[in-house]
Parts: sequence; structure tokens; C-alpha cells
Amino acid sequence: MSQDAKGGDVGRRDFLRGAGLATMATMATRFTGASPRAVERFLATRFTELSPDEVEAILADLERDYSRRFGKEVSVSATPPMDDVFFGYGLDISRCIGCRRCVYACVKENNQSRDPQIHWIRVLEMEKEKGIDLAESSPYYDPEQVPEEDFFYLPVACQQCRNAPCTRVCPVKATWQEKDGIVVIDYDWCIGCRCCMSACPYGARHFNWAEPELPAVAVNPDTHILGNRPRMKGVVEKCTFCIQRVRNGRYPACSEICPVGARKFGNLLDEESEIRYLMREKRVFVLKEELATKPKFYYFYAT
Amino acid sequence: MTRIKQFSLFILGSARLALTGGKAYWTWVGSLLILIVWGVAAYATQLRDGLIVTNMRDQVSWAFYIGNFTFLVGVAAAAILLVIPAYVYHWKPIKEIAIFGELLAISAITMCLLFVTVDIGRPERFWHLMPFVGSLNIPSSLLGWDVLVLNGYLLLNLFIVTHLLYKAFFKRAYNKALIVPMILFSIPFAISIHTVTAFVYIGMAGRPFWNASILAPRFIASAFCSGPAILLILFQILKRLKVVDIKDEAIWKIAELMAYAMFLNLFLFGAEIFKEYYSATHHILHTQYLYSGIHGHTALVPYAWASVICSTVAFLLFLFPATRKNLVTLNIGCLLIYAGVYIEKGMALVIPGMTPDTLGEIYEYTPTMTEVRIGAAIFSIGFLIFTVMCKIAIPVLKGDFTVDSLERSG
Repeated sequence: MSQDAKGGDVGRRDFLRGAGLATMATMATRFTGASPRAVERFLATRFTELSPDEVEAILADLERDYSRRFGKEVSVSATPPMDDVFFGYGLDISRCIGCRRCVYACVKENNQSRDPQIHWIRVLEMEKEKGIDLAESSPYYDPEQVPEEDFFYLPVACQQCRNAPCTRVCPVKATWQEKDGIVVIDYDWCIGCRCCMSACPYGARHFNWAEPELPAVAVNPDTHILGNRPRMKGVVEKCTFCIQRVRNGRYPACSEICPVGARKFGNLLDEESEIRYLMREKRVFVLKEELATKPKFYYFYAT
Repeated sequence: MTRIKQFSLFILGSARLALTGGKAYWTWVGSLLILIVWGVAAYATQLRDGLIVTNMRDQVSWAFYIGNFTFLVGVAAAAILLVIPAYVYHWKPIKEIAIFGELLAISAITMCLLFVTVDIGRPERFWHLMPFVGSLNIPSSLLGWDVLVLNGYLLLNLFIVTHLLYKAFFKRAYNKALIVPMILFSIPFAISIHTVTAFVYIGMAGRPFWNASILAPRFIASAFCSGPAILLILFQILKRLKVVDIKDEAIWKIAELMAYAMFLNLFLFGAEIFKEYYSATHHILHTQYLYSGIHGHTALVPYAWASVICSTVAFLLFLFPATRKNLVTLNIGCLLIYAGVYIEKGMALVIPGMTPDTLGEIYEYTPTMTEVRIGAAIFSIGFLIFTVMCKIAIPVLKGDFTVDSLERSG
């Protein structure tokens, strides 16, 4: 057996996989009539172990599949993390008016299922008299107009923990933290056991209970393989700080749409960044600090 | 005779045994098969439409399937309650029947693995969990460990049982040097399947209802009640049918051990209740949801109290020698224990852990018909496996089914 750059372990793994599973998969395709590339994709390894060539082939495949399915050009990239970048987010509770524009901008940008609806951001309404109290909060408020006099709002999405409980519990290494701090999921590797959803203290992970419904007109064609590319049923998904945007120097969709400027985003390693400025000048805190998850999502009161 | 030929003779004879039986046998097997077909049809719908056909949602993302899985891990470990007195203390009356504990373990673990399989969103990717072939996340993922120990325990018991029966079939003594260490090894193994399963829950720091170290000892204590409860009833049936001579003292002894285990379980439960209600922090919400309901959501309340009452009454019945040695009260006790632990280690463990969810939302879960059908099918598969294995094991142990008997009958 030839030893490639990845060493003997991978070689043996490929051999075992080749022997047993290839036969099974070939039989499966014969019965279902799927394309031969589907077999290769089924047998492909997880994202972090793919060679650059294999990544290219998969991206091309996905682009072809999506473009055919939605009748328009869809691009799938695998833009890697930038050097010296570690993303952080700030949310000004005193400014948020609970309008949920961020929720819907997120759905539009990230190709979430419209039926059943999946929202990566949950905006919690809280009574001013009670202060921050998750047990007393409600995500289903529906008044004529926001903000309501006696309430304030706390939007919650993935807190992008440095010490993420969700990645630790995954039995198949299908989710991990990237070098730039974004916690991502390999949708092609996730088995849908939902252990990560049990582990997440922030309700940030969402499961595709049914085949996601995404109308062709609604598709955002600018996608990333670990982020907003259309998903399949039976896998978990979550906020990625809009990986397809932020790795190209843009802001996440939620912070761009916010009408009151409550959402800040930037590079924690850059002292001149807005996020670092507000951490220096304001007083920030994180949710459930007692769990020591060390979120990169900070809340603050600017006024 | 070559080894392969011998083994195929054993398999062939076993198959013939499984396929012959009286009216009662076929009625029982037939009913199980009907339930299996009914449930498989429901699973086909779930495969096509996704887990949306269940009532699980993002708020309560584990439920009926994982609850049953957890309960059955307990049943599986019951074997060691027979193995310890039989092989560590060489108590003869139990030694004769210890094999039924192992048969029960095999059936229960099979059900466990099936419940996990029907719970996952992409079952065709199960091979990602296989060591070397996939990418099993060891040592970090407790679910990863669970995959290893459950399959290991299954293989261990399968090997022991097959070896014992095979040797008895050829009227040879079993290999003591091989089997006794394996049986002894199955004791810590059984403890480990419990502990690891408990650790899957305990490790969730964001779920205070589960994040309690008392969970692991409680798992073991309640398992020593639920598994033997099934065995005690089985032993009486076997005795009544005169298939195996099981002495009354063996049955009473097991009942006595169950009383101690149930006492420990209730004591640990009391400790947990004290901690929750005396400190009365936010974490109490989950316990309140279970025992009194919150904001009018009371789906689990009747079951939770039923479980406490069943377990307490059973404990008393098994504690007093008079009721323990009376067949009627003994059997009532078994049924009560089974019901009590099924609720406690199933739905009453999983659902309150996720209600309210991590952001305080209350989503009230009750299983759908699809979930119940799939669950019934898995239990039927387990019962079927157990029935067939007993059908083979009993005549082998009685000496009615041996290589000679097979040759005589042609």
C-alpha cells in the first residue's frame, strides 16, 4: 500500500471503507438509479480530511446539483479562514427594539427551510420589571407595534463558544471550531443524533425534522459549503456568523439589517475594531457565564 | 465431523426447534410478527418524511425513542444480578438459571441499538460511528463510548451464550478457562454500559436536570430492579411448564436483592428531591414540570406520581418475607417495579431534562402514533429474539436437544 502524505492510518481506513462499503453503495445505486458521483459523495470522508482536489470536485458537484434543482446559477465556495482573524459579536440590549428584522434577514441570507420554518435567531421578550430571566421570557410576542413600553428584548443565536459543549459531544466529529472561531457543521457527515442540541445551553442548534422547503426564487445563490448552502433533512444546522460573507470582509446579514445599530461585529484580534472598542469602552457580559463556555458573543448596554 | 459441519448441525437443529411449536407458541410469535410489520410500516413513513412524523422538535429533541433506549440499557445489565451470586458466590440454585439473564441482555441490547437507530436523522450514515472506518469521536464524546460498550457487551454475551449452548448440545463440558473469566468480565462491563449511558446525560452542563452525579448510581440501582422483575416472571412460567426446575429459594433470593436495590433507588431519589426543593433555585423548574406541572403544562404529572407509587409499593412488597414469598404479591410487585422504572428511566428522565428548554420555553411533548408503533415493533423484535433463544436454550439445558436426539430424529 502506498503511503500518501496523510500516513498509514488513512490508508488503512480507505482500504476498509473501499472493501465493504463500496460494494454496498454500488448495490444501492443500482436499485435507486442514482448517479455514480452520489456513491463517491456517500463514501467521501469528512470535510477536514478531504484533499484540495476532492474539495474542488465536491464543490463542483454541489454547484451542478443546486443549479439544476433551483434553475439558477448557485455558487458554493470553501473560502478558508483568514490569518490573524478571530471573530466576535456585540449586541446592544438597550438599543434592540425587538423588530425581528435580523431573524428574517438571517433566514433569507442563509437559505433556511421555510416550511417547516427554521430560525437561527430567537428574540426573547423580557419584562423590564423582572430583568433578564430566561424562564420568564417569551419568543412568541406579537403586539401591534414594538418596542412595547414595559418590555425589552434579548436576541439569542449561536454564541460561538470558545469552549463549545456541542463540538465535544459529537460522536462522529461532524462539528468543530474553525481557526477564525466559527463553529461549523459538515452537513455531509452529521448523522443527526442531536447530541449537540442536548449539549448546547443556548438553543442555538436546529434540526431538519423534514426535507427543508426552499423555494427557488428565495434561494441565496452565494453559498459556503460549511454555511448557507441548502441543507438536507435529518441534519443539524446553526448560525455561522454568515461564514460566506464574513470571510470575504462583509458583515453578517443580521448586523447589516439592524435598523437601530444594535449589532456589532468584528475581529477580536484587531485592537482598532469596533468590537474591541466597545469591549474597552462599555461593559460587556455573556449569557450563562457560570457554564464557562466562553462565548464570543457579547451583550452590553451602551446607554 | 469437522468443526464447520458440527456448527452447521447445531444451527440447523436450532432453526428447526425455533420453527416447531404448539398453538400457543405460534399465536405468540404471530402476534409479535404482526406488531413488527405494523411498526416497520410506520418506520418506512418516518424514513420518507423525516423525524417530523414524531412530536420531537428543537425544544424537546430527544424523547420517546431515547427514553426507551435508556430504560433498556438498565434491563440489559440485569444479567449480572444473576451472574454475581452464581459465579462469584457459587450459589447453585441461581447458577442453573443465570443463562436466562444473558439471553435477556442480548435481547435488551438489540432493542437499545434499534431505538438509537430509529432516532437518528441519517441512519444510512451509521458507518461514521464505526472505529477505523468512520470517525468515532473517542475519548471526547460519551455517545461514542456508548457505541463501543454497548456493542462490546452484546458481543460478549452472544459469545458466552453460544459457547455454553453449543457445548451442551454436543454433551461436552464448556471451556472453563475461557468462559468463567469472560463471565466475570461481563460484570464490570454491565456496570460500564450503565455508567457511560448515565454520563451521556450527566455531561450536559446546560441541562441541570441531568447534570447531577447522582444519576449514575441511580441508573444502576433502578436497573437491578427492572431487569430481574422480568426474569422472576419468566422463571415462574418456566417452572409451571416444567421446563427447568427453578427452586423457590432462588426466586425469593432474587426478590430480596431487588428490595435492597429499590431501597437504594428510593433513597437516592429522596436525596435528589431534597436538594431540588430545599435550595429551590431556577433548576427546580424541571422537577416541578415533572411532579406538579408549570404554567398549566401537566402532561407528565400523572405518570411521574404513578412511578413513585409503583416503586414504593413494590419496595414494601419485596421487603417483607411474607409478601415476597407469596406468588400473587410477588408478581404484583414485579409488574409494579417494571412500570415504575419504565416511567422513571424513560420519559420521566428525558422529557423534563428538556422542559423547559435552555431558553425557558415550554414545549409539551407527547409521542405520536408513529413513535408508539415503531416502539412497539422494537419491543416485539426483542421479545421475539428472547422467545426463540429460550426455545433453543431450554431443551439444550434439559438435555432434550443434543446431537444424539437430532440424529435419532433424523
